[in-house]
Amino acid sequence: MPADFNWAIGGEAGDGIDSTGKIFAQALSRAGRHVFTSKDFASRIRGGYTAYKVRTSTEKVRSVVDRLDVLVALTPRTIEENMDELHDGSVIIYDGDRTTMADVDIPENMVDLDVPLKALAEDAGGAIMRNVVALGAACEATSFDIEHLDSSLKKRFGDKGQAIVENNKQAARLGQEYVQENYPDADLDYELETTDNDYVLLNGDEAIGMGAIAAGCKYYAGYPITPATDVMTYLKGRIEHFGGHVVQAEDELAAINLALGAARAGARSMTATSGPGIDLMTETFGLVATSETPLVIVDVMRSGPSTGMPTKQEQGDLNMLLYGGHGEIPRFVLAPTTVNECFWKTVEAFNLAEKYQTPVYLAADLAMAVTEQTFEPEAFDMDAVEIDRGKVVDEDTIEDHQTESGGFKPHEITDDGVSPRAFPGTAGGAHMSTGLEHDEQGRRTEDTEMRVKQVDKRNRKVETAKEREDFSPREFGDPDADNLIVTWGSNEGTLVEALEYLDDDDVDVRILSCPYIFPRADLTEEFEAADQVVVVECNATGQFADVVEHDTLQRVKRINKYDGVQFKADELANDIKETLAGEGQEVEA
Amino acid sequence: MSSQVRFTDFKSDKQPTWCPGCGDFGTMNGMMKALAETGNDPDNTFVVAGIGCSGKIGTYMHSYAIHGVHGRALPVGAGVKMANPDLEVMVAGGDGDGYSIGAGHFVHAVRRNVDMSYVVMDNRIYGLTKGQASPTSREDFETSTTPEGPQQPPVNPLALALASGATFIAQSFSSDALRHQEIVQKAIEHDGFGFVNVFSPCVTFNDVDTYDYFRDSLVDLQETDYDPTDREAAKEKVLDADKEYMGVLYQDEESQSYEQTHGLDSDMSDIDHDGAPEDAMDLVREFY
Repeated sequence: MPADFNWAIGGEAGDGIDSTGKIFAQALSRAGRHVFTSKDFASRIRGGYTAYKVRTSTEKVRSVVDRLDVLVALTPRTIEENMDELHDGSVIIYDGDRTTMADVDIPENMVDLDVPLKALAEDAGGAIMRNVVALGAACEATSFDIEHLDSSLKKRFGDKGQAIVENNKQAARLGQEYVQENYPDADLDYELETTDNDYVLLNGDEAIGMGAIAAGCKYYAGYPITPATDVMTYLKGRIEHFGGHVVQAEDELAAINLALGAARAGARSMTATSGPGIDLMTETFGLVATSETPLVIVDVMRSGPSTGMPTKQEQGDLNMLLYGGHGEIPRFVLAPTTVNECFWKTVEAFNLAEKYQTPVYLAADLAMAVTEQTFEPEAFDMDAVEIDRGKVVDEDTIEDHQTESGGFKPHEITDDGVSPRAFPGTAGGAHMSTGLEHDEQGRRTEDTEMRVKQVDKRNRKVETAKEREDFSPREFGDPDADNLIVTWGSNEGTLVEALEYLDDDDVDVRILSCPYIFPRADLTEEFEAADQVVVVECNATGQFADVVEHDTLQRVKRINKYDGVQFKADELANDIKETLAGEGQEVEA
Repeated sequence: MSSQVRFTDFKSDKQPTWCPGCGDFGTMNGMMKALAETGNDPDNTFVVAGIGCSGKIGTYMHSYAIHGVHGRALPVGAGVKMANPDLEVMVAGGDGDGYSIGAGHFVHAVRRNVDMSYVVMDNRIYGLTKGQASPTSREDFETSTTPEGPQQPPVNPLALALASGATFIAQSFSSDALRHQEIVQKAIEHDGFGFVNVFSPCVTFNDVDTYDYFRDSLVDLQETDYDPTDREAAKEKVLDADKEYMGVLYQDEESQSYEQTHGLDSDMSDIDHDGAPEDAMDLVREFY
């Protein structure tokens, strides 16, 4: 395990928990430390418990752990909620002057830092800065150079003017000095090393938005929904700089139809939503597929069904993405496995959509969407982005795809299943697109022979893609291990960290993390070579496990988590050990 | 645009399957003539249709077109126009499509004021599903699903549009060919959302709202001293329970289309690079 350090700030929603947490996370990242953040939040605007947790190390960190070294507690409940993760020597920073905090009982084995956050903030220019005072105290508790905090305060408050930035810097210093002066003998063992590395810190939603812009997406229509809204927030104000536009639609039905219209007009177009929104979009999804319109639809999964637990993790929409919609609909379903992959899979989604003129579902999940992670900037190398628009015809080439009487054939029967595409405005390309079954020109037909030809043509695109594209899983662990662990989505990082715990107990595993849900790699050989196969996913019924069992005609064991919280590395390592030993909740043939 | 474009260039080689005498023939002819008359041709025109008898219009016309899902034609049209403001976008639908399943989109399309025209073929009945009440059916109109009449007031699309902030509201009648064409033309020429409710009689299922009824009862505003830029006057007209009007009921001459307001002027189908845009690394640097 890397020598990692875990910090959190918690309080009521509306206390500025997120922005304070982010300021600290950014300071760590700018000091050359790796960061992995997670959020514990409720579906409400004010009140209730919310926390922002930061795990940091000089080495790469990929998941959350059950440990808290320094906690800034703005409410007594923050301490209660995290008691399990606090330990001997954990530091708790709080404001004993705050009425609700007056009687808190800090356990004797922990370090009690009672700092008058509000009063010091007022000294610096305003009570609103009390969280920043706490950050200064946290810097002192961790021997972390407060100047790193200055640069992220400048980033956060720079737009509000130099005076505000200076006040905040001052607030942080008052917090630092208070701890120095009043707790000279406190047992503050932590020392956060810095490095010369420069990292970028971003979350999955932001990476999806950035990937969209990099891929030439010009049009985004969406409707706000947790946890997908950050995609729209990111794009708004940025995509315009690249000639694009963001529309907040009246509902998800409008969002996908706006996006469909823009895609039909030739723009690279995208919408993002979460499960309930996917439900609403499904009818139009069928039209997108039948009219062979390239469109990227992002589903940032949350806990369902119905409104479920909107702010909690789950990977429960897989069946919906794979099978949703009446009739049989060819589609791509991609599932990025890390924040960085959110960027690359978005780029790939646009290329697949246009090369195969098919809707592409990009399945992210809450744990990845709201989780910030540090990366080397080169991980987002824009020079490596390639754009492939597929078979677009222009006025010179359109003649090759016309009938004798000059009608354009947007659904021409081709060997690879992909037909020519003409953007509106192209002379000689006028045509009808419809969800009705149609002939090569897009005109409605009920001709039995043409029906079969068109269905086969659309399905043939999937076969073509399987021949041309690489749908391999990502591989980790011991390639020769007898035990095979298969997963998809955001569990990858946790599994990679779980390897170290498994290694300690001499349990060898090979991990396949599958970013392609459909089409996907055939895992039959891998399964046959393994003694035991375990599929790990955040849902109750094992939706991906069902799929791979069907593919390989082989039963697998399952580890399912559906309590709304993502896996933790040590916990998952234990689950794997138990399951391999036959003690888990596996389903066996 | 080429002056040689004739309205027949907008006709496809598919023969309409509408019932003989259906109002939709006249409605569509007027649309095609208006498009040709305003200097458009099939390659720069995008027609969006909904579901139902009216939805078939995209098949019978020759242009770039899409036949959307039920009630969702308006957002599709808005998406097309925003992504390529050079296109002439016309959305066509029926009273069920536009005022029932699509009523929410109607209100928001009006608010959004994208520069496109919206022609609703209002026959006050569901024709393709064989004669059920529509949102504009009269309160006592007996149908298979409402044997005693819907017993609720019909939607007033003109008032709904006005209340939602419409910048162009008109009503026409499919059998008055010249006036219908003129009115659709004005909707096309309007800088913003040009809404036209067209009485387009269903000769098979609606024996109340017939050609004769409209011919006898419609008041053509052109023959009065009505001023369509007067919003107060428009309020009075759209809420008039005793009469139905033909012509432009309201036009905001100061209308600014969505594209103007939002500075959309380029064809977004263009990606003039093979990889990420040149300054895309700036996006990464933001996260330092």
